[in-house]
Amino acid sequence: MAEATPDYPLWEVFLRSRNGLAHKHAGSLHAPDATLALAAARDLFTRRGEAISIWVVPSHAIIASDPDDQAMLFEPAESKIYRHPSFYTVPDDVGHM
Amino acid sequence: MYAQALDQTDTRPAQGDDPARLAAFQARIDAEQKIEPNHWMPEAYRRTLIRQIAQHAHSEIIGMQPEGNWITRAPSLRRKVALLAKVQDECGHGLYLYAAAETLGVSRAALVDQLLAGTAKYSSIFNYPTLSWADIGAIGWLVDGAAIMNQIPLCRCSYGPYARAMIRVCKEESFHQRQGYEIICSLAGGTPEQRAMAQDALNRWWWPCLMMFGPPDTESQHSDQSTRWKIKRFSNDELRQTFIDATVPQAHRLGLTLPDPDLHLDQATGHWRYGAIDWAEFRAVLRGEGPCNRDRLARRNAAHAEGEWVREAASAYAAKQNQRKAA
Amino acid sequence: MSAICEVPGGNIAVAETPMLRWVLAYADDALILGHRLSEWCSRAPSMEEDMALANLGLDLLGQARFLYSHAATLENAAQPALERSEDDYAYRRDAPQFRNALLVEQPNGDFAATMVRHMLYASFADLYWRASLAVSDPAIAAFAARSEKEIAYHERHAADWVIRLGDGTAESRRRAQSALDGLLAFADELFETEADQLPLMAAGAIIDPARLRDAYRHRIEQICARATLSLAWPRWHQSGGRQGRHGEHLGHLLAELQFLPRAYPGASW
Ligand SMILES: [Fe+2]
Ligand SMILES: [Fe+2]
Repeated sequence: MAEATPDYPLWEVFLRSRNGLAHKHAGSLHAPDATLALAAARDLFTRRGEAISIWVVPSHAIIASDPDDQAMLFEPAESKIYRHPSFYTVPDDVGHM
Repeated sequence: MYAQALDQTDTRPAQGDDPARLAAFQARIDAEQKIEPNHWMPEAYRRTLIRQIAQHAHSEIIGMQPEGNWITRAPSLRRKVALLAKVQDECGHGLYLYAAAETLGVSRAALVDQLLAGTAKYSSIFNYPTLSWADIGAIGWLVDGAAIMNQIPLCRCSYGPYARAMIRVCKEESFHQRQGYEIICSLAGGTPEQRAMAQDALNRWWWPCLMMFGPPDTESQHSDQSTRWKIKRFSNDELRQTFIDATVPQAHRLGLTLPDPDLHLDQATGHWRYGAIDWAEFRAVLRGEGPCNRDRLARRNAAHAEGEWVREAASAYAAKQNQRKAA
Repeated sequence: MSAICEVPGGNIAVAETPMLRWVLAYADDALILGHRLSEWCSRAPSMEEDMALANLGLDLLGQARFLYSHAATLENAAQPALERSEDDYAYRRDAPQFRNALLVEQPNGDFAATMVRHMLYASFADLYWRASLAVSDPAIAAFAARSEKEIAYHERHAADWVIRLGDGTAESRRRAQSALDGLLAFADELFETEADQLPLMAAGAIIDPARLRDAYRHRIEQICARATLSLAWPRWHQSGGRQGRHGEHLGHLLAELQFLPRAYPGASW
C-alpha cells in the first residue's frame, strides 16, 4: 500500500498524580513539538484532575532493556536474599528493627 | 466505545513461528501473564490485535459524529456540556487505542489511512443516523451500555497496552451510560411528545445495538483462538444476553416497550429471550450500505484533508525551531 | 411587570439593570464563543486538537453557566416570581437581546481564523478577569478567580498556534494573515465602556475594560511579532454587539442553539 500520510512524532507521557509521588507512564501521543506535546498531554490525560505535573519525552529517546536479556539481567538478583531484611534473625525481645 | 466482535482473528499460517516459542508463549498466557510490546509474540497474535485495536479506535473516532450531530442543538446548557465532554472522551479513547496499536509496530498514520480509504472496519452502530434529541439518550444508555459489556472483560486482555488502555477507557465510560439514561428518564417522564420521542429512539436503536455484539456464536469460527489467547473472554451471544438481561428492566422501569414481539422472560433461567436478529442488515451495514456510512467517512476525510495545511505548518515550524536551536 | 407577557418557550423580557447588562454581556461572550468551538467537534485538524478545542469550549460554556446563574440570582432577587434559570438567558432571548461582542459570533472559518479569533478574545479576557480579581462584588471576584486560570491557558494555546501558523508554511502564513486582517476590526469593541456602567466602575464593583486596551495591544503585537505577521490596528472598529446590534451570523447560530426549547415550549429536558 502507498506510503502512509506522515504523522507528527510520537511522545511518551508521564504524570505525577500528586505531590510526593513519582511521575508514572500514562501513555503516548503525537505532537509536532515539545510545547504542543505538553498541551496535548494535558488535554488527553488530565481532564479529571489526574495530574499536577507532566513530563513528555520523545519516544525515540527511551532506551529499553531487551526482553531476551531478562534472565541475564534480573534473575541473578533473585538469589541474593541476603539483601533483604528477612534474611537476618534478631532475638524476638529486641522488638521491631 | 467498542470492540465489535467482528471475528477477525487472523489465522493465516504463522510462518517461522518456532513451536517451542509458541508453546512458551501460550504457557505465559495460560498463567495470566501480560504480553508487553517488546516481548516475542506469534505473528497471528500481533495481526489479530492490530486489527481489533484499530477497529476499536476507528469506532471511537467515527462514533463522535452521530452524537456530535446534536452538541450545537443540546436543549439545555447542562446537557450541552455533558454531551461535549462525552464526545471528547470518545476522541480520547480513540487516541489511547491508536497508541496501543502502535506498540505492535504499526503506525497510526497507516491505520488512519485505512479508515479514510474505507478499507478498515468500525462498529456498525455508528452508521445509523441521530434523528432526534432522544437518540442522544438512547446512544448513551444503549450503545455505551453495550460497549461497556464488551470493554470490561478487555481490561484483562493478555496484551498489556490494550488492557491498560481499556482500564482508562472504562473509568471514563462510567458517566456516559448514566448521562444517556438520565436523558431518556427526562423524556419518558416529560410531555407526550417527549415520551414518543424516547420510544421512537428505542425502537430504532434496539436492534442495531444487539448487533453490536457481533454474529451469533454458531457463525463465529475464529473466536476459539482469540479465547485461547485471552483477547476475548466471553462469546458474542453471552455478552448479548447479559446486555439484554440488564437493559430490558431499565426500559420497563420507564414504561417504554422494546420493539421485539418475541421478547419474554424465561422463568426457568431468568433470562430474557429475544426474537431473530436481522443479520442481513448487519452484513449490509458492515459492507458500507448502512444509512450513514458514506457521510461518516466523508466527514472524516474532510477533517483530515482540511487539517493537512495545519499539520504541515506545525511540522514546518518545528523543523525551523530545531534548525534555529542547532545554529 | 414585563413578566406578564412572557409565554412558555417565548422570549423572556429581561429587566436590564446596568449590572445585569454587564453580567449578560460577558455570559453571552462565553456562550457564543463556547458554542462556536463546539462546532469544531470531530472536525479538528488533528485528533489531539479535537481534544484541545473541546476543552476550550467546555471552559467557556462553564463560564457562561456561572454568569447566567448569577444573572438569574440578580433577577430573581428583584422579582422572585420570574423563577429565572441559566437556560432562560441562553435559550429564550432573540439576537437583539444578546449582548456579546461581535468578535465571538464570527464564524469559525478555517483553523487560522478560529485561533486568531481566540487569541483576540483570550488576550482580552485574561487581562480583564485578572484585573477583576479584586473587585468589590464577591460573586464577580469569585468568577474572575476561576476564569482567569482557564483563560490564561486559552491565551497561551491560541498564541502557540498563531505563532506556528504565522511562522509555518507559506500557506499557513497566508491564512493566518488573512484571518488577522479580517478579525482585527472586532477587537476594539471589547474595550468599549458602557456609559450606564460607569457608576459601578467608579464604585469598584466591576472593571472598565477601556483601561486595559494599551496592555492588550502590546500583547497582541508581541504575539504577532513572534508569528512574523504584520499588524496594523484599524482606525475604525466594528461595534454594536453590546447594544444588541449583531451581524447576520448570530441569528443562524441561535436558531440552531435554541431549536429544541423553541420547538417544544415549556418542556424540560
Ligand atoms: Fe462512551
Ligand atoms: Fe468510548
